[in-house]
This record gives sequence, C-alpha cells and structure tokens, in this order.
Amino acid sequence: MARRGAPEINAGSMADIAFLLLIFFLVTTTMNVDTGITRILPPLPKNKNEKVDVKERNVLKVLINSHDLMLVNGKPATVKELPDRIIDFMSIHPNNPAYPQVREKFIPALGRKVLMTKGLISLKNDRGTSYKMYIKVQDAIAKAFNEMKDQAAMKYYGLKYDQLLDPEKKKVINELVPIRVSEAEPENVGGGR
Amino acid sequence: MLEEDVNMAKFKTSKTKEEPRINTASLPDIIFILLFFFMVSVSMRQNNLMVRIKLPQATQVQKLEKKSLVSYIYIGQPIDRALYGTNARIQLNDSYATVKDIPEFVAKARQARNEAVRSLITFSLKVDQNTRMGIVTDVKQELRKANALKINYSCRKELNPKQ
Repeated sequence: MARRGAPEINAGSMADIAFLLLIFFLVTTTMNVDTGITRILPPLPKNKNEKVDVKERNVLKVLINSHDLMLVNGKPATVKELPDRIIDFMSIHPNNPAYPQVREKFIPALGRKVLMTKGLISLKNDRGTSYKMYIKVQDAIAKAFNEMKDQAAMKYYGLKYDQLLDPEKKKVINELVPIRVSEAEPENVGGGR
Repeated sequence: MLEEDVNMAKFKTSKTKEEPRINTASLPDIIFILLFFFMVSVSMRQNNLMVRIKLPQATQVQKLEKKSLVSYIYIGQPIDRALYGTNARIQLNDSYATVKDIPEFVAKARQARNEAVRSLITFSLKVDQNTRMGIVTDVKQELRKANALKINYSCRKELNPKQ
C-alpha cells in the first residue's frame, strides 16, 4: 500500500469564519461614549438653621414650576434667552446698583488683582418639574458659563477655553469664572406633588 | 505530448509557467487580531436595564472620562409596566431600589475602588427625560448625605441645536 501524506486541511474558509465573528461583534456592540453635564453638589450644611446671607441684588433667581414654566427674577422667561441673561447678569459693573456687587481677587498666575462679580445663579425647581426641562435649564446655564470662560480665555490668552493646552491656564480661567450656581434645598414650589 | 513533458523537466519554458498563488494562510490571523482588538476595546454593557431610559438632549455636554471611576444610577419607568407600574423607579446595579438603598450603594462603590481614587468617583445619573424631578432631587439629597458630590447628568449630545 502506498503511503499517503496527511491530507491538508483547507484553511481558506477560516478567514470567512473570522470575518463573520468580527462582523457579529461590530454589529452587536456599541462604542457608546458617555456624555453628560458634570456638576459638583454642594455639601450638606452642617448646621441646619444656618442661613447664608446673600444680598438680593447678587442673586439671579431661576424658578421652574411643575408645568415646566420658568421665572427669572420673578418674570417669565424662556430657556433660549437664559444664557444671555446670565452673561449680562454676571458681567462686571462696579458702580451700577442694578448689577451684583464686585470684589477684587488676586490671581497669582496673572500677578494682579482682578475684579470678580459676587453674582450667583440660584436654581430652584419643583418636584413636578420634568427632568427634560431641568436639563435644558442646566444646559443653558452651562452654555452661559462656557461662553464666559471663552471670553476670559480670549482676553487673557487670545485663545478659546477649549484651545488652551496648558492645564495651568485652564485652572486660571476656572478661577476667574467659577461656576456660581446654587441649587436651593428642595422644597415644594409651584404645586407639584 | 510526452516529448513536451520531457522538455519541461529540462528547460523552463515561460509559456507553461503557472501563476503564483498568494498565500492566504495568515489572513485568518490578521482577522483574529482585528477581532480581539474590538473585543477588548469595546465595553460590554454591564447592567441589564430594567427601566426605560431615553436620555435628554443637551448641547454643552462633556465626555465622561475614566469609566472605571463611574457608577451608574438609573431612574425611569419600569420596562415591565404591567408588573411594576408606571411610577419612576431607581435601578442600582441589577435590581430596583429605593432612595434608602443609595448610601449602601455609594459605600459599595467606594469599597470596590482603590483608596487613592475614592474621592474621584463620579455618579452618573441616567434619568429618563420624562421623569419628574422629585425622585431625582431625593437621589441627589441622598448622594449629598453620603458625601458623594461629583455627579454627572447623562445626556445625549444634541446634533442640530435649534438656533
């Protein structure tokens, strides 16, 4: 009997099998990048009766009721105009009583004192407010602060905030434009359950 | 015929030369490398969602970095509404939870991480856009009590902002 060599397995279809697997994985998995708005919650007040005294003129009150309607400083407003309202409110007017007070702050990186507003955005929502509306307002506030950061970055470094590569410079801008948003202790406003 | 065969053995004639085949033996290996790359780089969804979540849209979103430092809290209507009703529920890990379970969830999330990075844990709130703020506020209050202050409101990036 003649000796036969072991028959060779045809590996040509191996690539097809691997391709099938690859396509299966490509289709079933999603490369989802998580995106969102990051916020730091204020720590709980140590003393419950402790009330922080903030002057009326330093606060921009944003109220959202259970019907997703918004009041800004007591007057109805839309989400669209909110960023401009905030930017205007947070701008620096040392001698105008219609605007918040200003203070001087020494920024070591710039080597000089800078005028900063004492303005504060107070966001208050009802238990019945929809999350969608709340995010819209948060988004509008974030937009205003991002724009102010861009302005500050333009003024001091000639670049937009996102274009700053040096993390130190970003830190300086963050110091110049702190996100001054206070979320009130929850309570029922405007008829929610 | 026979004569030609003999000739071929002696001289290589160009007209009878076969076309060389490309060796495809290594093709599966290349594909497997691609496959492994995808398997490693893609993260499988960890939690089986039991609540229906359609995230709200926002324009000013940032990427959530360091996924290993993120814990998720899901809030929305139960998928099985016939069984669990239509009230918004909280989902932690793989089960429904109440607001009272959050401190324990936070403690476990901290324990699971290295001590050096515990303060950097972000709690990502994945909340359905039609949820009422009441339950979200309760969750946020619980997080504050547990001193878990870094949170992220998970949103989809709005592609065509109406401006």
